[in-house]
Amino acid sequence: MIETRGLIKVFQDKKRGQIRAVDNVTFTCKPGQIYGLLGANGAGKTTTLRMLATILEPTDGTALVCGHDVIDEPEKVRANVGFLSTATALYPRLTSQEMVEYFGRLNGIDEATLKKRVNDIFSRLDMNSFRDRRCDKLSTGMKQKTSIARTLVHDPQVMIFDEPTLGLDIMTARTIIEFIRECRQRGKTVIFSTHIMSEVEKLCDVIGIIQSGKLLAEGSLPELRERYRERDLEEIFVKIVAPLYVTQENN
Amino acid sequence: MNLRNVAIVYRKELREALRDRRTLISSLLVPLVLFPLLTAGLGAAISALVGKAKEEIPTVMILGGEDSPGILAELRSSDKIKIVPTQQNWKDQVVNKDIRAAIEIPPGFQDDVAHQKAATLLIHNYEGDMKSAIATDNIQKSLQKYRDRIVHDNLAAQNIPDTALKPFDIKEHNVAPPEKVGGAAFGGVIGYMVILLCLTGSMYPAMDLTAGEKERGTMETILSSPIARVDLVLGKFFLVLTAALVTAALSVTSMGASFTVLEHLHAFDKAGADAAQLQLHIGFTTVLSIFIMVLPVAVLFAAALMTVALFAKSYKEAQSYISPLMFIVIIPAVAAMLPIDLDAKLALVPILNASLLCKELVTGTYHWNFIAIIFFSTCVYAGVALFLAVKMFQREDVLFRS
Repeated sequence: MIETRGLIKVFQDKKRGQIRAVDNVTFTCKPGQIYGLLGANGAGKTTTLRMLATILEPTDGTALVCGHDVIDEPEKVRANVGFLSTATALYPRLTSQEMVEYFGRLNGIDEATLKKRVNDIFSRLDMNSFRDRRCDKLSTGMKQKTSIARTLVHDPQVMIFDEPTLGLDIMTARTIIEFIRECRQRGKTVIFSTHIMSEVEKLCDVIGIIQSGKLLAEGSLPELRERYRERDLEEIFVKIVAPLYVTQENN
Repeated sequence: MNLRNVAIVYRKELREALRDRRTLISSLLVPLVLFPLLTAGLGAAISALVGKAKEEIPTVMILGGEDSPGILAELRSSDKIKIVPTQQNWKDQVVNKDIRAAIEIPPGFQDDVAHQKAATLLIHNYEGDMKSAIATDNIQKSLQKYRDRIVHDNLAAQNIPDTALKPFDIKEHNVAPPEKVGGAAFGGVIGYMVILLCLTGSMYPAMDLTAGEKERGTMETILSSPIARVDLVLGKFFLVLTAALVTAALSVTSMGASFTVLEHLHAFDKAGADAAQLQLHIGFTTVLSIFIMVLPVAVLFAAALMTVALFAKSYKEAQSYISPLMFIVIIPAVAAMLPIDLDAKLALVPILNASLLCKELVTGTYHWNFIAIIFFSTCVYAGVALFLAVKMFQREDVLFRS
């Protein structure tokens, strides 16, 4: 379960002064549900997700992840979260198995359990053929599978995906999409950011549209269609975002 | 702080470091191969070349002196110089190193000397050229003998003993044991080398584990794990510290081994007695003392380098930040080779204090009050640097600088 309460993040920039990257964002994401955070580049998606993963600290407001406060109990939050983005790379000089084991140990898993869990994940994701290969020698697909295994090793209740398919080929992207679906089936709380409309249509139970750090609209796809009287998600998105987007561009 | 997590990070960083060619080169190959070659090998080569230059009889030209047969005979009888026929272009020949020096004897030199009038001989040489300097030295020794004989004859003619002119002799007598003499000569260099190698050994891992991690995109990966940032910094810090100490230890060991081997092979024999007489005996206690003193310095370097490198966005940027640090370290380390004695104020100057202390330890001198001041002050500096490194890892604007 994720509950954000008036999340705000302000960055200081020498040239531009204060930048309100996330501005009073409140939403809830329940177990067995995929929450899609849809927004253009620079809308505030990554900053929001980084705050939920406790990589960044909110300037104001807070969020509860599995009942733990992101400000007061960041380590407990991270122990319940699997975070995957295109920016979360692998250690090039570790093998695929060593990479996954390293994160398992950091999550406090004992050696016997870790061994069993690593074997299960590697079999499930069909990774045994490259488990002893160094990460810098892996193909993009193998790297993505290793990243998925890394996020799964501690069996987190919450999965956070920040534009996980960005720059990936179709086949690798499909693996990720399948994996996100599987997370929902297993009852995990999933939050997923993207600017690819088709992915949102395919996956998300609830969609949050974000622009200039503000959550402008929220609801399921049928709800949004009805509210904005548009069939196509792209048209709905443009209708919601356009006024703020023009202002932002002019600024 | 969770020691288990610190150990997990340390083991992982160590595993990666041992698989990294650049770390292996800077921490193992350089101290084990390059430094013995550069220090002992190059030193032996220089000694051999200097020895060879000293053995060579320099060619010298005499300008004038036709009316002074005495000095001509003296110069020609010397087996330390070889007189060649005079030519007009003697100056060019000195500059082109065809001859090593030319002696100019003024007209009427012998008469002037006989009548006890002041006379001057001029040696034309090539300043800065070693072989020309050797030729000048040999000429001066021959002329000194000739002058002493004239003085002796002049005094004898007037029944005055030589002691009237030279009532007493001055001699030097060294009371320091040979190992202390060697320590005084090499101590400053050893301190400089150990400190410099601590720095160079920690430079690459410090950049790789901070700016390198940001550049490769693994920083966000590790920050999303439940590890506390202080544990992450300490795990990385201990690896950088290990690299610094391993580099320094291997360098000192390999240098010591190289000198021992060269001594056994009598490589210094040709270089003359000077080098061979400088004995350098460093016992286990001294080595241990040096490493105990260097430990806080290594901590200071590891933490300071990590703090600076973390600020950089990329490995390349980190290099440009860290290069100036080299000068900050080299200058006080080199200053310890100058005739400076350790005092209470200098004992508080970081790096210089440790370098000066190394010099004292090598000579077997233990000033316990200074040792205490240096150890504790360096520990304080190291602690501050480590605190800054931890603080830096908690700053979002540094970790996600773009």
